[in-house]
Amino acid sequence: MKQPLLDMRDIVKSFSGVRALNGVSITLRDGEVLSLCGENGSGKSTLMKVLSGVWPYGTYEGEIYFQGKQVKANGIRDTEALGIVIIHQELALVKELSVMENIFLGNELGSFASLDDERMHRRTQELLAQVKLNISPDTLIRELGVGQQQLVEIAKALNKDVKLLILDEPTSSLTNNEIEILLRIVEGLKQQGIACVYISHKLDEVLALSDWVAVIRDGDHIATKAAVDLTQNDIISMMVGRQLDELFPREPHDIGDVILQVNHASAIQAGASRPQVDDVSFSLHKGEILGIAGLIGSGRTELMQCLFGCYDGQYQVSIELEGRSHSIRSQRAALKAGIAMVPEDRKRHGIVPIMGVGRNITLSILDNYSTGLGAIDEAKESHDINDSIARLKVKTATSDLAIKNLSGGNQQKAIIARCLLTKPKILILDEPTRGIDVGAKYEIYKLMFALVKEGVSIIMVSSELPEVIGISDRVLVMHEGRLKGEFGYEGLTQEKIMNCAIKEAVLA
Amino acid sequence: MFKIIKTSQLQLLAMLTAMFLIVVFFSFATDGAFISPRNVSNLFRQTAIVGVLAIGMVFVIISAEIDLSVGSMMGLLGGIAAILDVWFHFPIMLTILITIGAGLVLGLFNGWWVAYQKVPSFIVTLAGMLAFRGILVGLTDGVTVAPTSSSMGVIGQSYVPSGWGISIVLLLCLGLIAKVFRRHQAQKKHEVVNQSPKFEYLKAFISVVVLLVLLALLEGYRGIPTPILIMGVLILIATYVAKRTAFGRRVYAIGGNIEATRMSGVNVELNKMFVFGFNGMMVAVAALILTSRLGAGSPAAGNMAELDAIAACVIGGTSLAGGVGTVFGAIMGALIMSSLDNGMSMLDVPTFWQLIVKGAILLLAVWLDVKTKKSQ
Repeated sequence: MKQPLLDMRDIVKSFSGVRALNGVSITLRDGEVLSLCGENGSGKSTLMKVLSGVWPYGTYEGEIYFQGKQVKANGIRDTEALGIVIIHQELALVKELSVMENIFLGNELGSFASLDDERMHRRTQELLAQVKLNISPDTLIRELGVGQQQLVEIAKALNKDVKLLILDEPTSSLTNNEIEILLRIVEGLKQQGIACVYISHKLDEVLALSDWVAVIRDGDHIATKAAVDLTQNDIISMMVGRQLDELFPREPHDIGDVILQVNHASAIQAGASRPQVDDVSFSLHKGEILGIAGLIGSGRTELMQCLFGCYDGQYQVSIELEGRSHSIRSQRAALKAGIAMVPEDRKRHGIVPIMGVGRNITLSILDNYSTGLGAIDEAKESHDINDSIARLKVKTATSDLAIKNLSGGNQQKAIIARCLLTKPKILILDEPTRGIDVGAKYEIYKLMFALVKEGVSIIMVSSELPEVIGISDRVLVMHEGRLKGEFGYEGLTQEKIMNCAIKEAVLA
Repeated sequence: MFKIIKTSQLQLLAMLTAMFLIVVFFSFATDGAFISPRNVSNLFRQTAIVGVLAIGMVFVIISAEIDLSVGSMMGLLGGIAAILDVWFHFPIMLTILITIGAGLVLGLFNGWWVAYQKVPSFIVTLAGMLAFRGILVGLTDGVTVAPTSSSMGVIGQSYVPSGWGISIVLLLCLGLIAKVFRRHQAQKKHEVVNQSPKFEYLKAFISVVVLLVLLALLEGYRGIPTPILIMGVLILIATYVAKRTAFGRRVYAIGGNIEATRMSGVNVELNKMFVFGFNGMMVAVAALILTSRLGAGSPAAGNMAELDAIAACVIGGTSLAGGVGTVFGAIMGALIMSSLDNGMSMLDVPTFWQLIVKGAILLLAVWLDVKTKKSQ
C-alpha cells in the first residue's frame, strides 16, 4: 500500500489546562479529500493550526508525518515549504494591492532590486485561468467580492506548489454560484493529485466532495468514515452526540404584555448605496425570547446597534420602553434605560483581555460601589463578583485571573454577568453561543430561560438556525435590512426560515 | 493565576534588583560618595521633576495614549509662574493656583482634541510640543525671567524641618503596616484565600526599612527636600486614584480595550480627557518645582523632558499598548534614570556616554519585558 501523504497521530493540545484536542489522528493520501466536521469550538481549527505550524512543534503532543517524514514545524513558513497551505476563514489578502502583487507577496520573482513583472504577470494569468477567474492580474483586491477573493487565495496557494490544501469554511460567505465554482476547482485539484482538508458546516457539500469524513466533538476524535457510507443525519448525530431536544432545554414560561416597541428603525452607512436597516418595526413582550434570524449582512446586528445606541453611522429609531419613549444615542443611555447587550464580537467589543475576570464583570456598574472620594467599595464589589461567578458558573481559578485565559464560553458568561449586574429589562444577545462548546451553550440556554421567568425580555440574534428554533418564542427574519417574516416557534423549521431569509417576503 | 502574580512580582523584583545593582556599583566606583547623605539628597531632588512628570504620564500611557508636549508644557507653565512672580509680584499661593489651573486647561485642551476630535494623541501633543514652546518664547521674548522671589524658592529649594520630616515618615511606616494588617484581617473575615501573605509582609517590611534608611540619610544632610515631600504626596494620591477609584479602574479598562469599555457604558471620551487634564496638573507641579530650583523662567526649560518621563514609565513596566502600568513602577523608572545620570556625572563620564548608556538601558528594559512575556 502506498504510504500516506499525511499522518497525524494522537494529537493532544491544551490551552491553560483545558484540553482542546484529545488524541486526534487523521491520515490522508494524495488526491484525497477529507472533511473535518464538528461544532464550533470542537477543535477543528485548533487541529488545523497544529498541522499548519501556527502552533509550533513542542506546543502539542503527538506526531505529524508528511510524505513519510516527521514534521517539526516552527511556524507557518516551514509547513508552506513542505507544500501544506491553509486558507483561513478570514481572508489574508492585502486589500490595497493587486491580485498579482498578493499572489507573489513574499515570493516575488526577479532580483531584490528589480522585479520581473512580466513573468509574474504571465504566471498570474495562468493561475487565474486555473481557478476560472476572469479578471486582470492588476485588479485591486478590494474591488473583488468575497468569493473572488477566496479564489485568489487558492490561486496563491497553487503558486506555492501545494500538495495539501486546507480550506477552513471556504463557502460560509459565498453565493451558490460561487460555491459551485469552488467545488469544481477542488475536484480539479484532486485530479492533479493534490490532497485537501475541507472544513465546513454544509453537510451536502461535505458529502458531495469528500472521500473521508472525520468528526471531532469537544476535542475528541469520534470517528473517520468513508463518505459513501454516511448520510447527513449520521454526521449530525456524531457531531452533537445527543438529540436536538436535549440540546435546547426549552422550559415553559409566561409571556406578558408588550414591553418594548421599536418603530421605523433605519440605519445607513456614509456613502452606502442601500441602508443596512430599512424601516424596521417590531415589538417585544415581557418575558419573551425573540429570535432574530437572517443571513450575514441582513442587518440583524445593525438593528441591535440602533437599539443599543452604538450604530456607527446615521440612524434613527423610535423606542418605547414600558410606554415611555427613549432617545438612545449612546451605550450609556441604553444601559440607563434598561437595555443591555452582549456583543457579537466578544474579543473586540466584549472583554478587556488583560483585566481580571471580576473587574470585567463589574465594569458597567462601578458607580454603584462609589464611596467618598470616588473610591470603590471593594468588599461590596467582590461580593457581587463572587455571586455572579457562582450564578453563571464561570469556571475560573480566581476572580483576579486575566479574562483572556478563560475559554470562550466562560468569557461569554462573564460578559453576560456584566450585563445582568446592570439589572436590564431587555437583554440583547448577539450570537450568544458563537465559538462556545456544547456544555457552555447548554448553560447559557438554561440561564436565558431562568431570566425570562424572572421577567427579563430577551432578543437573541443568531446564525445557528437550530438554536433560533430551539430557544425562541417568536422569530423575526431579516433580509437586506428589512423585516421579511415573523414566525411562532411551533412547527417552525430551518427550511421555512431559510426560504424567508433568502427568497421572497413571507406573510406571517 | 499563579503565573500572573509571579510576573507582577517578577517585574517588581527585577526593578528593585536593577536599582540595587546600580547603587552598589556606583557606591564602589565612587568610594562611597554615591551614598553619602549629601549626594542622596541631591539625587532625590534631581528625581523629583521627572518623577512628578512620570506620575502624570503613566496615566496617559495606561490609557493607550502618549503625551509628547509635557516638556514644552512644563517650560511654558514654568515661564508663566516666573512671569507672575517676577513681573507682577503675585502672592505665591495665587501663582501656584494659576499655574496649576493653567496646567489643567492645557491638559484638557490636549485631551479634548484626542478624545472628542479623534486626532491621534501623537499628533495632538506633537503640535503642542511645538506650539507651547513657541508661546513660551513669545511671552518671554526669548529672555530668562529672573530672579524669582524668595517665597517661590521654598517650593524647590527648601527642606522640611527635621521634626516634621521624621514624624511624617514614621506615620507613613505605621500606615503601611496597618494597611497590610487590615487587609489580612479582612481577607480572613471574608474567607478569601490570600495567595501570598508572606510576600505582602515582606514587601511592607522592606518598604519600612528603605523608608527609614532614606530618612536617616536625608536627615544626615539637611532633611527631606520639599520637592521630595511634594512628590511623595503625589505618589500616594496617584496610587490611590489608580488602584482604588472608579476613574482609575476605567483608565485601565480603556487602555485594555476601549471598544469593550465603551460597550460597558463607560464615557470613554470624558475619562480620556480627564487623564490628560490630570497629566496637565502634574506638569504644572513639576514646572513650579523647576522654576523654583532654577530661580528663573527660561525659554529653554524642560526641553526633551517628555522623553525622560516616557522612558521612566516604560522602564517601570508601563506598556505602550495600554492597560498596564503602575505609579510606583514609573517612579522607580525615574529613580533608575536619575541614578544613572548622577552616578555617571560623579565618575566624570562624558555626556555623550551618558546619553548612550541611558538609551541602552531603555532598550534593554523593554527587551527584557518583551522576552519574559513571550516565554510565558
